[in-house]
Amino acid sequence: MSTAGNTEALISYAETLERYDPAMGLEVHVELSTVTKMFCGCPTEFGADPNSQVCPTCLGLPGAMPVVNEKAVEGAIRIGLALNCQIAEWCRFARKNYFYPDMPKNFQTSQYDEPIAFNGWMDVAIEGPDGTPETFRVEIERAHMEEDTGKTLHVGGASGRIHGADYSLVDYNRAGIPLIEIVTKPILGAGERAPEIAKAYVAQLRALIVALGVSDARMDQGSIRADVNLSLAPRGTGVLGTRTETKNVNSLRSVERAVRYEMQRQGAILDSGATVLQETRHWHEDTGITTSGREKSDAEDYRYFPEPDLVPLAPAPEWVEALRATLPENPTAKRARLQADWGFSDLEMRDTVGAGALGLVEQTVATGTAPQAARKWWLTELARRANEAEVELDELGVTPEQVAQVQALVDAGTLNDKLARQVFDGLLAGEGTPEEIVAARGLAIVSDDGALSAAVDAAIAANPEVADKIRDGKVAAAGALIGDVMKQMRGQADAARVRELILERLT
Amino acid sequence: MTDWIRKSAAELVDALTAGEVTSLELTRASLDRIGAVDGPDGLHAFLHVDTEGALAQAAASDERRAAGRTLSDLDGVPIAVKDVLATAGLPTTCGSKILQGWVPPYDATVVRKLKEAGLPILGKTNMDEFAMGSSTEHSAYGPTRNPWALDRIPGGSGGGSAAAVASFQAPLALGTDTGGSIRQPGAVTGTVGVKPTYGGVSRYGLVALANSLDQVGPVTRTVLDSALLHDLIGGHDPRDSTSIPEPFGSFAEAARTGAEADLSGLKVGVIRELRGEGWQPGVLARFDEAVEAMVGAGAEVVEVSCPHFVHAMAAYYLILPAEASSNLAKFDAMRYGLRVLPDGIEAPSAEEVMRATRDAGFGDEVKRRIILGTYALSSGYYDAYYGQAQKVRTLISRDFAAAFEQVDVLVSPTAPTTAFKLGEKLDDPLAMYLNDLATIPSNLSGTPSISVPSGLADEDGLPAGLQILAPALADDRCYRVGAAVEALLVKRWGGPLLDRAPDLTASMGVQS
Repeated sequence: MSTAGNTEALISYAETLERYDPAMGLEVHVELSTVTKMFCGCPTEFGADPNSQVCPTCLGLPGAMPVVNEKAVEGAIRIGLALNCQIAEWCRFARKNYFYPDMPKNFQTSQYDEPIAFNGWMDVAIEGPDGTPETFRVEIERAHMEEDTGKTLHVGGASGRIHGADYSLVDYNRAGIPLIEIVTKPILGAGERAPEIAKAYVAQLRALIVALGVSDARMDQGSIRADVNLSLAPRGTGVLGTRTETKNVNSLRSVERAVRYEMQRQGAILDSGATVLQETRHWHEDTGITTSGREKSDAEDYRYFPEPDLVPLAPAPEWVEALRATLPENPTAKRARLQADWGFSDLEMRDTVGAGALGLVEQTVATGTAPQAARKWWLTELARRANEAEVELDELGVTPEQVAQVQALVDAGTLNDKLARQVFDGLLAGEGTPEEIVAARGLAIVSDDGALSAAVDAAIAANPEVADKIRDGKVAAAGALIGDVMKQMRGQADAARVRELILERLT
Repeated sequence: MTDWIRKSAAELVDALTAGEVTSLELTRASLDRIGAVDGPDGLHAFLHVDTEGALAQAAASDERRAAGRTLSDLDGVPIAVKDVLATAGLPTTCGSKILQGWVPPYDATVVRKLKEAGLPILGKTNMDEFAMGSSTEHSAYGPTRNPWALDRIPGGSGGGSAAAVASFQAPLALGTDTGGSIRQPGAVTGTVGVKPTYGGVSRYGLVALANSLDQVGPVTRTVLDSALLHDLIGGHDPRDSTSIPEPFGSFAEAARTGAEADLSGLKVGVIRELRGEGWQPGVLARFDEAVEAMVGAGAEVVEVSCPHFVHAMAAYYLILPAEASSNLAKFDAMRYGLRVLPDGIEAPSAEEVMRATRDAGFGDEVKRRIILGTYALSSGYYDAYYGQAQKVRTLISRDFAAAFEQVDVLVSPTAPTTAFKLGEKLDDPLAMYLNDLATIPSNLSGTPSISVPSGLADEDGLPAGLQILAPALADDRCYRVGAAVEALLVKRWGGPLLDRAPDLTASMGVQS
């Protein structure tokens, strides 16, 4: 089937832009964090034993029927409203028919030509050439409700894909979990900023979903998944070319990379005079390329028709308005408010936003941490680690609660900044809570005079010249002795107390 | 000794209440009758008999009654259930090989209601595969025979339930009606069958043929028995989004009122389009006599035109296969039922196993409708087929609405002919489909309808049926008028029609 794909020719990004204009369409699937599934009462908890959260309905047993989860409809409407969509006065579910072993009914209950929300937009915040904030409006085609499929695990074989596998296991716990699919209209005119805008859109959409509280919005757990549609038009013509759909691009960085890669790949194809094949493509996180997916020809006709087991949905206008009142505040106003609350300079605020740390800092501050301390951790230590790991800051695996706990330990004098960094090492290695890591690694600052006195005496004995200078009144020379003590204590000493002990002895 | 098996459910309720009989005795009598006349070489109304379960439920019912804690009026009256309804712990095959051996882990809502009301479940009745057919000949397990003539079909798809009731194997049965599968078997076996208002009875646990048309309903020997059963199984079910939240009144009360046979003030419309060429004269003669009897009881009868009914069949055979093709996709050998490995393929893929299983597990009629439905829903054809059919459906509903502005109920013969011979129409699907000409419109419009026996056709001495159609939610009219017609005709016949059915034990050479 698909070749390795890494032999596909690319042209440079600059060349691509010289000759072509990109057109994008982004489809984002959001798993709602409802307590129960879309059409049955089964729990939705992540990571439960396989096939332990199933019932006749989500297993597609003969005779079982769906019932719509009102909380999911509520989540869909709130997402729609937050994306400035119109909410349908009347809409229906439809069956999307295709065979696949992880789909219990061999049709997905979805929405087709009657989505719950449609015709919206989102102003995506990006940085202008000189660093000034700008927005790019992404038009939203629709947001509709559907159910997730089960999860197939292919066992054996090298690739983890179905081909070459010895056998496959299906876990239906995920089958029937509510999904909202948010589809943009074609995003035109993004030009060279297409990859950046794609990433910024998904990032901002995710932040919005988090603010709405309707989903965990964890890309690493698949609770937000993006599909990237991309085509090229010969520059200036506006004639859209054949598009490809790159599935399951599961990190923000990958969204950006996938757009860029597909632009360069399609550019090379068009340059050679060939035509782009309309197909589904797989994104490879490790190699940063896309490869041809299954041919869709036999699955292309989904034979949609209205789901006869469900009655049409007609959300009452009063309900919709009540939900509108629950929406989080407008992002621009919110940013101004936070900057004032936190006392950040314009530069600090811009850096915080630019690093994708606004929400993280906000959540950290919400748990009681000083804003500057929260900013410091996210923008220095954690930003550096995210950069090294090539992930976004909020995909790093450290939560705002954990940062707040670390800072609380610093404030309490248990840790200094240097030790705190080791706690972050422990957090990333999954060693438990900050307090557990401090205990397990023995990281707490030593301020016990007994242990410190011995180290101070040893430092004085080892550095008689320095000790003499201090005795002569050159107190600044104490730094060298403090350094020696810290070295002996492997950094775990309370530097202020060490200084006091040295001066007690020598002055 | 009282011949309990010939009693109506209402009579059994009285006898149980009076302590004249126990549920165990009734259930044993039914099981004995099943043993005597059923089985694959007999009538073959049952696909599965649950002797042990039924007797245990009967014993429990007797204990409750002795303790004065009966669960319902029908507590202790045995019942048969069409094999398309999920029964926890009992096989549910839908008459298909593809579900051979499947035992559901859950009860259909109607089955749960039967259990909660204390009715011993005798077993599961035969049917056309996935309820596709009008003769029960499409059962993968072999046909059911008509108790009136063993070489004839018992109607379909619910031939098993109708034959079980007509042959006194069970006083009550559940059926399902998508285009006539309760009413047409009722007509050709001389029994009563009701297709309730769509949404009146929960479909949860009914293995869907066509979700927008299917309804569960009673199959009995008397109108009052149907009403009693309908009162029990009906009502809102939160598990079925299409079920109607508003409560219905007592259908038993409507039937009892109707049995007084006073139809004065009732306006009855005879549907012009449901007679004429292709209709058996003997069927029409019994129908006309029944209508005259209604006039005699004070009804005013007019002829009413429902011009779009002539398109009902075409619309039905697009909507039904479309929905069915999607419903039946779940039978893929992945989770339950039959699994067939393809010949000559080492390490077959999931898709290859699906293909081999569906090829082996589905019968020809099922495959025919899957192909039709898949085609009708295909892009480029959807508007021309499924879309047009939905428009016809709307027009048929409007025909009904216009008719019910003029009259209280509509009437027609239930089926164009009496029972035909086994095998007669098996190779001619269109001829088979025509059996449901008169019953399909009420499924398309979601309105209620009852079939009651109208007598025996002169040509062949076989039963014919009269259908009474009412507006949505007015199922009570079906019972009131149905009970009146029943009372008028039984009086004319000097006893129930089924008294004239041949003695099965004699014709089958078994002991009574």
